[in-house]
Amino acid sequence: MQIAEHDVLVIGAGGAGLRAAIEASAAGASVGLVTKSLLGKAHTVMAEGGIAAALANVDGRDDWRTHFADTMRGGQYVNNPTMAELHAKEAPDRVRELEAWGAVFDRTNDQKILQRNFGGHKYPRLAHVGDRTGLEMIRTLQDHGIHLGIDVHMEWTVTRLILDGGRVVGAFGYDREKGRFQVFRAGAVVLATGGIGRAYRVTSNSWEYTGDGHALAYEAGAELIDMEYVQFHPTGMVWPPSVRGILVTEGVRGEGGVLRNSEGQRFMFDDIPDLYRGSTAGDPEEGWRYTQGDKEARRPPELLTRDHVARCIVREIKEGRGSPHGGVFLDIAWIREKLKDSEAHIRRKLPSMYHQFKELAGIDITAEAMEVGPTTHYVMGGVKVDGETQMSRVPGLFAAGECAGGLHGANRLGGNSLSDLLVFGKRAGEHAARFASANPGGAASGAENEQVEAATRDALAPLERQDGGGDGVGSYAIQSELQDLMQAKVGIVRSQAELESGLEDVLALKERCRNVSVAGNRAYNPGWHTALDLPNLLLVSEAVARTAALRKESRGAHFREDHTAKDERWGRTTLVVRKGAGGEMEILEEAVTPPREELQQIIEENR
Amino acid sequence: MASRTFRIWRGEPGGQGRFAEYATDITEGMVVLDAVHQIQAESAGDLAVRWNCKAGKCGSCSAEVNGNPRLMCMTRMSDLPEDRPVTIEPMRTFPLLKDLVTDVSWNFEVKKRIKRFKPRAPDAEDGTWRMDQRDVDRVQEFRKCIECFLCQDVCHVLRDSHKHDEFIGPRFFVHAAALEMHPLDTEDRLEELKEAQGVGYCNITKCCTKVCPEHITITDNAIIPLKERVVDRFYDPVRNLFRIIGGR
Repeated sequence: MQIAEHDVLVIGAGGAGLRAAIEASAAGASVGLVTKSLLGKAHTVMAEGGIAAALANVDGRDDWRTHFADTMRGGQYVNNPTMAELHAKEAPDRVRELEAWGAVFDRTNDQKILQRNFGGHKYPRLAHVGDRTGLEMIRTLQDHGIHLGIDVHMEWTVTRLILDGGRVVGAFGYDREKGRFQVFRAGAVVLATGGIGRAYRVTSNSWEYTGDGHALAYEAGAELIDMEYVQFHPTGMVWPPSVRGILVTEGVRGEGGVLRNSEGQRFMFDDIPDLYRGSTAGDPEEGWRYTQGDKEARRPPELLTRDHVARCIVREIKEGRGSPHGGVFLDIAWIREKLKDSEAHIRRKLPSMYHQFKELAGIDITAEAMEVGPTTHYVMGGVKVDGETQMSRVPGLFAAGECAGGLHGANRLGGNSLSDLLVFGKRAGEHAARFASANPGGAASGAENEQVEAATRDALAPLERQDGGGDGVGSYAIQSELQDLMQAKVGIVRSQAELESGLEDVLALKERCRNVSVAGNRAYNPGWHTALDLPNLLLVSEAVARTAALRKESRGAHFREDHTAKDERWGRTTLVVRKGAGGEMEILEEAVTPPREELQQIIEENR
Repeated sequence: MASRTFRIWRGEPGGQGRFAEYATDITEGMVVLDAVHQIQAESAGDLAVRWNCKAGKCGSCSAEVNGNPRLMCMTRMSDLPEDRPVTIEPMRTFPLLKDLVTDVSWNFEVKKRIKRFKPRAPDAEDGTWRMDQRDVDRVQEFRKCIECFLCQDVCHVLRDSHKHDEFIGPRFFVHAAALEMHPLDTEDRLEELKEAQGVGYCNITKCCTKVCPEHITITDNAIIPLKERVVDRFYDPVRNLFRIIGGR
């Protein structure tokens, strides 16, 4: 067995993992960074619109208080208020730091970092580079990080955390190239594995997003919160079928794009939630002026929060006013009525959208409308962590970014993910380094041997079953069935009966997964890799179905057609998922932490 | 729905590689990567392929499709001739790991050797800088690079002459150019570009520019200006005289 030893082990090399690794390394820790893919390919690269930070470069009225209040409102006030506060306060410094590391953001006329409008943000707040902000961010972190002496383990997958006396002391994983096993010993471990999008059929997420960090933490004894809140981004591609789910940035709407149904109607004006009535444009003209920077104008309803826009789109489709391929129309081409050089303008502001539709759908977005529909995008739920240190209840185990829960409450605002990665990636790295220095790991132990043996057995089982013959099930088939059932029964619009039936199906698949068998050997075998990801994917699916069935109200991204209203009692309750003593999944109700008085006041002032 | 035939390279290092034939049904709008995934799920579970975003943004699924270096996720089936099988091979410039997956780790090592970004002192008291959009346009073009390494794959200095130890390839000239032309950068990379990184080996055949899925004008905008800077510094007699007198 190969052994790698680090002070801090970071699992996942997207924005949060890279930022954590950089910080831990800067604090003097030796750092190992494990990534399932090659460096720089993580999902952060897909982020398009921008990084939310109250730099106040475009509108001087913006400050952390407004950003904090916007984040809480968007999350329907069940967010962790400490995290929302730190996030709003620290995001501007994290963005400026990227510039110091070489990032090249788009500029304002007075040569500062340009910011754009986005859903749920009161002022233009998203620092961006056209519509490829995520690429700029991950490349900047990557290019900065590679000079710091971080050990990058590319194309390694962790399947288990190693514990000793209740604290985490390392991890066990395999490499994709040869299927070799390795133990990573560490004083502290940071999970930064992203989301769970592969549990759904229509998703903007890649093969990597199988809930690994969620599952590793759960199995190690940590708790998960808010798992019922899964964000469906309102605008994914819907046609052709093979590109269904690929993201269409909210930036299209930020630049003036509008949603229309098959009758040509801007249906978003039909249903404006109470929380946003005062801040939404009264007519299309006012909405257009807002997107063009008129500070007196209120935002168009297309820029309401993602949960709401997604549901309005589903309503239009269900009621027969959808587009030919089961979506609605997103039109940015119409701005030619307003701007002289609209074609060049669209290509400059949204280059990768232009490219994506041109090459994958044969659509010229400067001339015609796009067809779009909701796509699984993000999970608000994640590992329950301390808001300041990002440590879970397992000593030495930290989580940051999408796999951590709390910041976004019931719904995440666009742009708040990239800032989340930076702010809490840094915090996790800093505190993990501190923890590791006070509690060094690194010793071999009997406990380690036992866990490594079990992990080895589990990892090899699907390959060994191929010779057993008979009733083996393929890993792709199980994953595909899971995606269909989650999409159909645990999706955007939920009901008790469907959720319960969905849960039953997940549990049945879990049983069948015990028999999963794959062909081939250990060398770069995607069938085997899929089989090893499946238990994680099933675990998070079970958690989503169970919590969604329990929460009998509609809030943020969690919409119940049998309980369509918000409920005050549920509004004070967080659902906590953990592994029970007998190995069964346990769900607890916990009180939502109320914001301290000063923060509550900020919320009231911004209502 | 029509069935199409694929010839996909299968093999591991040391073993006998060969093209294996597969047939799968093609529906409207499918890209080559979809077909590969479908084949994987139907009949070749252990077929090795890299991919992530499936939208031309991550640069993972580079391969040679019908002999052309392409991102599989951005190559539509409808653009390939229907009268013959679709051939899919791994990038030939890098060592094979298995099937369509190659060992591209050399690229990550090369990048470490290029001096990092070193900004001038901040322009404002709050530690921030001022830059004009006009002055960053050029660098933003280079920063579109998704590191698919297709430019490295086609560059004959690497592919045919195997100058991996003396030449960093188009991707890293673009990287160096992005740093050298960054309005804030104060580092000097010309000596290495001339010597260890071998910018002189490039003879401007522009193969790299042709295959770039991000349409970066690699040769004209990155490599040629770097060559000019090297020439100005090291081969301009007037400048040389100044340098000798000035003692640098």
